[in-house]
Amino acid sequence: MGGPAAAGAPGGAVEGVVTRLIVDIREKRLAGRPVLGSLAFSLDEGEVTAVVGPSGCGKSTLLRLVAGLDRGVAGTVRWSGEGARPVPNLGVVFQQPRLLPWRTVRQNLALAGADRVEGERLLERLGLAAQADVWASQLSLGMARRLALARALAVDAQALLLDEPFASLDEGNQRLARAVLAEQLLRRPVPTLLITHDLAEAVALAHRVLVLSPGPARLLFDQAVPPGVRTDPALATATVAALRDLAR
Amino acid sequence: MVNREAADRGRAWLIRALSILVLLLVWEGAGRLAASPLAPPASTVLAVMAHETESGALPHHVGITLARVAASFLLAMGAGTALGLAMGWWRTVDLWLDSALLLLLNLPALVLIVLLYVWFGLTEAAAITAVALNKLPTTAVTVREGVRALDAELLEMGRVFRYGRAATLRHIVLPQLLPYLFAATRSGLALIWKIVLVVELLGRSDGVGFQIQVYFQLFDVAHILAYALAFILIVQVIEWAALQPLERRAARWRAS
Repeated sequence: MGGPAAAGAPGGAVEGVVTRLIVDIREKRLAGRPVLGSLAFSLDEGEVTAVVGPSGCGKSTLLRLVAGLDRGVAGTVRWSGEGARPVPNLGVVFQQPRLLPWRTVRQNLALAGADRVEGERLLERLGLAAQADVWASQLSLGMARRLALARALAVDAQALLLDEPFASLDEGNQRLARAVLAEQLLRRPVPTLLITHDLAEAVALAHRVLVLSPGPARLLFDQAVPPGVRTDPALATATVAALRDLAR
Repeated sequence: MVNREAADRGRAWLIRALSILVLLLVWEGAGRLAASPLAPPASTVLAVMAHETESGALPHHVGITLARVAASFLLAMGAGTALGLAMGWWRTVDLWLDSALLLLLNLPALVLIVLLYVWFGLTEAAAITAVALNKLPTTAVTVREGVRALDAELLEMGRVFRYGRAATLRHIVLPQLLPYLFAATRSGLALIWKIVLVVELLGRSDGVGFQIQVYFQLFDVAHILAYALAFILIVQVIEWAALQPLERRAARWRAS
């Protein structure tokens, strides 16, 4: 809102300050075993970066480090630009939905700090409007995953971290969820880390694709995706229009 | 579907009622066969209960015992839950307090009661503290187990979405602890009222325990059973009227 005094205000995106993630990992060990090797990249404002790698290569460990849930690492994982906080407000989709089963769909959104109007809109878009007052315990896995995506997108996030957000969705819902994500990124472009093992999905959604080796993961390729690229038409139909705009 | 469920519940109630009836009949028969004042039949005990209720003695003493049960129960559950939370959450706290807890857990109830009466006199405060201290360690241990079983992934989710301390406790931790708290409550109620009777017998001049001591000296088994039965009934009513509905409410989200 206001002038330069707002720069130190807690919570919420601070205008004019660009949120950026800098990752420069030399090694990450878990229980003495290396899970991540040499890995350096940055996540810039309004950019979707996809991390692709085989199962078990350490992608989720990377997400935990970036989300500030794990700090023990040789190297640096640093967010900059968002003021005093070491980690900005994040919208996260975990590999498991991680909903509160004893709260309703609506309550799950509200408790995470989701904007009410935005939450309702996303429920509608993701086909969950009829379930708004149902206990989260009663959702099917596919519904739970869509709710987890809605939660990540409905909070006032300065960055998005998405760990296989479309896994275990049927094809129709996968397409829907991708379109909703692409649309949301158009409305609110924030730096986004998309973890996936699906290269086609990565190319369809991201500006940049990082390819990791089997664990302990090293960075094999860091490739920018040219605008308008369409590797798999079936995958990308719903999102490609949005992506063209994004890449402009 | 709903009809079948209702029928099933009706049948369960019927069997329960019948089992109580059978129990009363067996008691009545055995009492009549024994034909001794030391083993009175159900009808005699019920008659004594009715008479004592009419005279006001039974409600008076049962009320006092109930108040003591409530006070020590709240004290034990409150302090025990706080202790269990702290011990489950912080390993250092657990290491500091674990031995003391183990000591308290294995200290016979009678020893605690006698010690507190010796140190603080035959007072109400000593009586209630003694009972609470007997229950506190089991509550703490149960809640500690609950905290250790908390879903770490949900706690992480709460951190990422900035739930804050109060909301984390209320919406993430408490719902997971409820089964443990109910278990502690249920076992606590059963344990506490039995210990309250001992405390009353040893150092109070009213309450069900005191009455039992009086009638023990008179070898009046019918009165002893009447007071005991009255209290069993009340504890059962608490279970049915308060505990079970609360538990059903807390478990609503589990229903398919």
